[in-house]
Amino acid sequence: MLGVEDLRSGYGRIEALHGVSLEVRAGEIVTLVGGNGAGKTTLLRAISGVQPVTGGRVLFEGADVTRLSPHRRVELGIAQVPEGRQIFGPLSVEDNLRLGAYRKTHGAAEVGKDLDKIFAMFPILAERRRNPAGGLSGGQQQMLAIGRALMGRPRLLLLDEPSMGLAPILVDQILAAIVDLRSEGVTVFLVEQNAFAALSIADRGYVIETGTIAKEGSGKALIEDPAVREAYLGV
Amino acid sequence: MAEFLQFAFSGLTVGAVYALVAIGFTLIYNASDVVNFAQGEFVMIGGMATVFIMAAGVPMPLAAGGAIVIAVAVGLLLHRLAIEPARGADAVTLIIITIGASIFLRSAASIVFDKQFHTLPPFTGETPIVIGGAAILPQSLWVLGGGVVIVTILWAFLTHTILGKAILATAANRLAAKLVGINTSYVVGLSFAVSAAIGAIAGILVSPVTLTRYDVGTLLALKGFAAAMVGGMGSPIGAIVGGLLIGLLEAFGAGYISSDYKDAIAFLVILAVLFFMPTGLFGRASVERV
Repeated sequence: MLGVEDLRSGYGRIEALHGVSLEVRAGEIVTLVGGNGAGKTTLLRAISGVQPVTGGRVLFEGADVTRLSPHRRVELGIAQVPEGRQIFGPLSVEDNLRLGAYRKTHGAAEVGKDLDKIFAMFPILAERRRNPAGGLSGGQQQMLAIGRALMGRPRLLLLDEPSMGLAPILVDQILAAIVDLRSEGVTVFLVEQNAFAALSIADRGYVIETGTIAKEGSGKALIEDPAVREAYLGV
Repeated sequence: MAEFLQFAFSGLTVGAVYALVAIGFTLIYNASDVVNFAQGEFVMIGGMATVFIMAAGVPMPLAAGGAIVIAVAVGLLLHRLAIEPARGADAVTLIIITIGASIFLRSAASIVFDKQFHTLPPFTGETPIVIGGAAILPQSLWVLGGGVVIVTILWAFLTHTILGKAILATAANRLAAKLVGINTSYVVGLSFAVSAAIGAIAGILVSPVTLTRYDVGTLLALKGFAAAMVGGMGSPIGAIVGGLLIGLLEAFGAGYISSDYKDAIAFLVILAVLFFMPTGLFGRASVERV
């Protein structure tokens, strides 16, 4: 479904991705683990088109989308829950969610149904629907960011560190939500520093180190890999 | 008392125009972080284009419509040709670009139009209305009423349409706006178009009272910018309050002290406000949690 081929990107003269290649197949949950500054966020932003690419290709369902603008990629079905949540602080919770469906033309009734689905998934958001999103707690903002991405009915969901700064119970709740999404036919590409939790729900995983893919394998195999355990699982 | 009312009305009339210019600043600044010093030129184009289209024999409402269309076209071209190619440049560079654009537009106006003062006929006669001993021109009521209507329409557009919310979303977080599929350069272009239309309408409303010339935009941009700063850059309510405040200060300063110092008095108060409240009266107190 998603193919990344020899992708290069950077900031100014500093290259952050030195030719990354990976693939995500339809219906999979694929996890990318790696340390700070390894290039995880850069890679996700390049896939969404908000980070300039200096070489290589991004393929979505076989079509080259490397030069497509971000809003065209959203139309194709690529949504992202960005690092740090990036909600629209001054706007209400409901407006944040409705903006997630900005590119969709499936009519107000369908958007209303999707909205109810998100509220059923995260009931706290329904309670706060009229409040400014900037006043939500970190965990609630994370739910909002996920809900907003889902409002666009994505086929591929990119999640950048959804567990960052959250209490363990919330991390479990978010991960459970991700597993549920897969059963609804959404393909998930998950970037995490919390490697154990992320790999445990993943079909497959990649390890990225200083801008290149260092390892790949099934989620289970990576969890059991001694080098991965030492570097990312703290065992 | 009559004198006080007289000054207050003239202050509010001029202040309404400053407020509309300040709203134009705010709209573009919020959507793109660009401080558009060519904002005053939209006001000039509104007035001057109406004058010259009317001189060609076109009735006033049509001429005014034409002038607004011209201003919007200039706003879109400004965005497309000057701002968009410099995307990602730092704030100072963008400010210099808009100052350059304003000088260009002023020079172009002196050639396309002329260098004379012009006026428009008042919309509904010139017989002053007397309230509490103060004489108000009917046109002043048009300016104030027009300001209220514009602000109301703009508010409804921003808070009740998905396109308006897309502008607010882009202002709040440009990265997230792109990620939900908002075409942010379209949104910025739209904010230039709306700002240009607001400026042009302000110019048409006020020209019968204050006269217009190819270079009236400079001082208007300065006062409008000052109004936006006093109110708190980026705050629409601040822009309105700031604009009215500066208009009133000028009118009272000119009336009670000396008209020679009216600009100085206004700017002195602005400096004082910014000295004690650097973010302006309605400056954004960040409530976002991280």
